[in-house]
Amino acid sequence: MKALPLAALALLAVVPAVRAADIPVDLSEPLPPKAVTWSFEGPFGTYDRAAWQRGFQVYKEVCSACHSLNRIAFHDLTFGFSEAQAKALAAAAKVPADPNDKGETTDDKGERLTRPGILADHFQPPFANEEAARANNGGALPPDLSLIVKAREGGAAYVYSILTGFHLTPPKGFAVQDGKYFNPYFAGGNISMPPPLAEGSVTYADGTTASIDQEAHDVVTFLSWAAEPKMEERKHIGLGAMVFMLLISGLLFLSYRRVWKDAH
Amino acid sequence: MSGPSTYVPKSGFARWMDSRLPLARFAHDTMLTFPTPRNLNIWYAFGAILTTMLMIQIVTGIVLAMHYVANADMAFDSVENIMRVINYGWLMRYLHANGASFFFIAVYVHMFRGLYYGSYKTPREVLWILGVILYLLMMATAFFGYVLPWGQMSFWGATVITNFFSALDQITPHWGSAVATWLWGGYAVGDPTLNRFFSLHYLLPFVIAGVVGLHVWALHVPGNNNPLGIDVKGPQDTVPFHPYYTVKDAFYVALFILIYLGFVFYAPNFFGNPDNYTPANPVVTPPDIVPEWYLLPYYAMLRSVPQKLLGVLVMAGSLITLVFVPWLDTSKVRSSRFRPMMKQFFWIFVVDCLILGYCGSQSADAMLLSTSIPLVWVARIGTLFYFAFFWLIMPLLGLIETPKPLPASIAQPVLSPAE
Repeated sequence: MKALPLAALALLAVVPAVRAADIPVDLSEPLPPKAVTWSFEGPFGTYDRAAWQRGFQVYKEVCSACHSLNRIAFHDLTFGFSEAQAKALAAAAKVPADPNDKGETTDDKGERLTRPGILADHFQPPFANEEAARANNGGALPPDLSLIVKAREGGAAYVYSILTGFHLTPPKGFAVQDGKYFNPYFAGGNISMPPPLAEGSVTYADGTTASIDQEAHDVVTFLSWAAEPKMEERKHIGLGAMVFMLLISGLLFLSYRRVWKDAH
Repeated sequence: MSGPSTYVPKSGFARWMDSRLPLARFAHDTMLTFPTPRNLNIWYAFGAILTTMLMIQIVTGIVLAMHYVANADMAFDSVENIMRVINYGWLMRYLHANGASFFFIAVYVHMFRGLYYGSYKTPREVLWILGVILYLLMMATAFFGYVLPWGQMSFWGATVITNFFSALDQITPHWGSAVATWLWGGYAVGDPTLNRFFSLHYLLPFVIAGVVGLHVWALHVPGNNNPLGIDVKGPQDTVPFHPYYTVKDAFYVALFILIYLGFVFYAPNFFGNPDNYTPANPVVTPPDIVPEWYLLPYYAMLRSVPQKLLGVLVMAGSLITLVFVPWLDTSKVRSSRFRPMMKQFFWIFVVDCLILGYCGSQSADAMLLSTSIPLVWVARIGTLFYFAFFWLIMPLLGLIETPKPLPASIAQPVLSPAE
């Protein structure tokens, strides 16, 4: 733990992202999102499966402490995991159980009875309801992340910039509100979310170094998939549709020329 | 519909049918032999493009309605279910959402084409007015449709637009609010509003299809206008609709669909607002409530007037103005090709509409680019020009402008066909 602040300092020195001097004092407009490249960009882009798996790990071990991902079911994870892996992940989740033989849904301490999850179950939210979420987060509501990439101007680059936009010195005269954190990529500059990622927040199974940038890039890849899981299918069908329409247009153009040849 | 029918039934059944319900004769006369000016250019393909878009919207819409749930608690989730679970649901929804934008792109080209070539002038006034009605129906349908996903922009857009009616309070106190309450089916936009908007969103496309039938009927009585704006003098000026325009329209329809599908498959959220991927929340107002792009010029006009009732009247007036265009234009010449002044004012008008659209897309207190000129003043000048174009420039130009000489006929233009 002692090494962490030092590591963060070292990171600040190395990463030439935004220097304090570049941050305008007037943060009525947040900084534009950083320029990032993604595996899923462009007409042939796909979700890098390794980044997706690492991103899932970051979501599960870090983000899911506060943020739900309600629209994703465990069977969706077969996108980048084997069915056995998805089943194991589902089984490790505690899902509210049906009433037991006595018709009870709570145990003798009043806790909700649970059962191991199955593939058809959705991810379980960290808090029972909005009030519980707010009570645990200083009054702020951590948004569900299922659509976060599509629900923000700037998309993946914006979410990445938020995640990596902490640890910057606020410009002179900028007041960071009580219980909030400075992040110049967030509208107003005051964000309720504490810096979520640190170097080594997760230990990647594939040996990738877990820098803040790496973690952010991975989890944003995963969340982009969560927001648009049919993107690869869409681009695949799109290619066929484009080729088909080009051919049809070409043939129609030739027919058009042929039909009109004698009319001019 | 125009001219004597040339249909000859070829079989016994066709003869039998022809003397009972002459559907084949109708199709033959309107879609095959219909004499069409031989000089129609690319801009005349947008009628066929619009028909295609209407069919795409109706088919995809019917499929979406099979899976959509018009309930304030379930609408957003049902749309996400369509996007994630239903087979090809994402395709249906992206086709439908982008289809609306491309429908409007086509209708704007179609309308500007009508303005440029004077297609509203006698004897096509009713054809033009039916077009204006179609445009208004399209805007209503699109507005209702935008509310259905029940995202933040759906909810707040519906709130802003239905609140226009509360401006009537300034004429008779409480009257406008009563109208708004009646429209909502409650004291705010809510579940009853969503249900009736869904009902109307399903109804109006079929009304549109019906008016399209009238529009085509009104087109087939005088026949097509054409880029020269002169009347057809005889058979040498026309070609049969089939195969000449079926193949030409089909080519341009295919090109249009190619571009449309490019957005559907590779930039499906280009025309959308990210805020609409956040479920509707009546207690959180988005920082900027922006309508869909095709309504932005009117939104700019509305906001350019500092008084609510007047603003609503200006916006409504800008649309109603279109009905009077056939009589506001006093020129004897239809096509702007032969109207040197009208041609220039037409393009200024196009730019004015684009500027108004830009003003409508920016926040209410925005400045012009990096200057300190409030954008609302640009919108005010733009609004003034919009009305001046129709109510001042159009009537005046017909009196002061000297048109270029018109060609004798479509088949033998006197002037070089260089233009």
